[in-house]
Amino acid sequence: MSLDPIVRVSDLRKVFGLVRVLDGLSLDVHGGEAVALLGANGAGKTTLLKILATLVRPTRGTATIAGHDVARAPESVRPLLGVVAHGAWVYDDLTARENLKFWSTLGGLHADGDDLAAALAGVGLDRVADARVRTFSAGMKRRLSLARVMLARPRVLLLDEPFAGLDQRAKKWLEERLEALKASGAALLMVTHSFGRELGVADRLAVLAGGRIALDTPRGSLGPDDIQRLYAVHAEETL
Amino acid sequence: MSYARRALAVAWKDLAVERRSKETLNALVFFSLLLLFVFQFTLGGDRERLAAVLPGVLWLGFVLSALLALGRTFLVEREHDCWEGLLLAPGDKSAIYLGKLVGNLALMLVVEALVLGLFVVFFDIDLGRAMPGLLAVVLLGTLGLAAVGTLFAAMTANVRARELLFPVLLLPVQVPVLLATVKATEGLLLGEPLGAIAHWVKLLVAADVIYVVVSVLTFDVVLEG
Amino acid sequence: MVRTLGWLTVAGLLAGLVMAFGVAPREVTQGNVQRIMYVHVPLILASYLAFGVLALASIVYLIRRDAVADRVAHASGEVGVMFVGLGIATGSIWGKPTWGTWWTWDARLTSVAILFVMYLGYLLLRGTIDDPERAARYCAVLGIVAALDIPLVHFSVYWWRTLHQPPSLMKPGGFTGSSAILWPLLVNLLAFVLLYAYFVARRIRLLCAEAEAAA
Repeated sequence: MSLDPIVRVSDLRKVFGLVRVLDGLSLDVHGGEAVALLGANGAGKTTLLKILATLVRPTRGTATIAGHDVARAPESVRPLLGVVAHGAWVYDDLTARENLKFWSTLGGLHADGDDLAAALAGVGLDRVADARVRTFSAGMKRRLSLARVMLARPRVLLLDEPFAGLDQRAKKWLEERLEALKASGAALLMVTHSFGRELGVADRLAVLAGGRIALDTPRGSLGPDDIQRLYAVHAEETL
Repeated sequence: MSYARRALAVAWKDLAVERRSKETLNALVFFSLLLLFVFQFTLGGDRERLAAVLPGVLWLGFVLSALLALGRTFLVEREHDCWEGLLLAPGDKSAIYLGKLVGNLALMLVVEALVLGLFVVFFDIDLGRAMPGLLAVVLLGTLGLAAVGTLFAAMTANVRARELLFPVLLLPVQVPVLLATVKATEGLLLGEPLGAIAHWVKLLVAADVIYVVVSVLTFDVVLEG
Repeated sequence: MVRTLGWLTVAGLLAGLVMAFGVAPREVTQGNVQRIMYVHVPLILASYLAFGVLALASIVYLIRRDAVADRVAHASGEVGVMFVGLGIATGSIWGKPTWGTWWTWDARLTSVAILFVMYLGYLLLRGTIDDPERAARYCAVLGIVAALDIPLVHFSVYWWRTLHQPPSLMKPGGFTGSSAILWPLLVNLLAFVLLYAYFVARRIRLLCAEAEAAA
């Protein structure tokens, strides 16, 4: 784990109309570290991810990734990011291989046939590489999404409920992949609602409530019951 | 060069998706047939009247098809949040614009060829000597429509009342292209020499250049989020 | 400052009114209805100014992302559309008794009508986008495209109407030479430019206040 955090969020505020979604949020994520972001629905977790993904501009405060300000220098930030959101970024009428090729070309990566094949094999989709994505299950689409992200070798991974809708086997597999990405030095910020073993990937837990981080603690110090209790207490805080 | 490869990737992707799903193509083909029938019922009887309004009617068909095709061009991006993926693509976003433009142009030209073919067959029109000039005018006019259409389609893709706003924004801006193409087509079908319609062609070229350059320069701004 | 502008505008409009009815000569063939030209022409010319300002403000916004530039464009668009609408209406009122028709598709009228619809679309776009930053960006792009389109519209419409056809008879009368008409026209033009500036200034103030209230 490196010393300086790759993701630095400082006093972030975001207002939508009259609603203060983020109100002085500060958070750091280091390379090789995974932070699980918990919170009630509407607490602002997705908003935080979107700001870090340079999709939404903050109202006030700063967020930097590898030293680049996400609001002022989004072009410098984007090549460093890997985003796994609700939508898998797949075109139903293209094959898995074609989807990967499209996104890697659009991302300016020079992935040749071998790279693509390796990426697909890495997520277990090599046998359906030339099948149309329309025939894939949600879990397979999520895996393709991850293959896309892994090809780009991002420094920061932003994941919005990556375990949602996956069966037990797929969850275990995703855990392994995320551990591998951590080991390669990437910083992971993961929004999740799961309390089970999926949290095993996380090194720290951060609870978002009242527009800011109400609790930021190493996961190892808590048992599963503690986590659930803490979550229930803090997530009930209203704005 | 990465820019060209990205643009081509977008164009290829659009054409591949279209070729396999055939959603827009089917809609356009049926729409063209419908137009043909409507024009026949309203104008077909009187050959002289038909000949007089033919250029206008032909381009009306082209423009309506263009509205249909261009209005849908970013629709495929709405599934599975692919739009987000485009927003986050690094580098100059105008490559995406050019890719989309090429894809739209190809689709529109295919449909226009179909419409033209249907007109020639069902209305028994002799294009003959007008053909080369006509091809040039159709190409230039379609480029004008597609250039601004692709830009405006991106702007209205995620907006309320998209289907209404897109034609409302596009049509007034496209009046010069419409006038130029109809007048030039009229001249060509009447057998006038190229010199007589040269000013219209020059206008089309100027319009195309302006539209493409402005769109390329401003597409980054539109695709910022 | 805006107050002074307001008073200047009132003074200008009064002066214009006096000049249009008192000083300007009664037109020989058309009669008094021709005096509506002193409102019609300045309205149209002032709207061109409005759209020019809109285009410039749009460019400034895209370069500097300054919210004030966006508000200038927004306000200018609103006043411009209003002026064009009124200009078309006054033109119709002038046209009916004078040339027997409310409307005709001559070059000038057609161009102005297209302009009206184009910038109405601009306002529609503004109204449809909720996020103010996105609205500012998109409208800036539209403003620039529309401005660049204006010469194309003018040329295409002019060629459409004048080639193979006799030139339009619908020209506002008597610019050539008669200073008796020129001076009232200029005074009214100045008055309407002041009116434009006053409306825009008030509107910008309102927009700034709205933006602050939301923050």
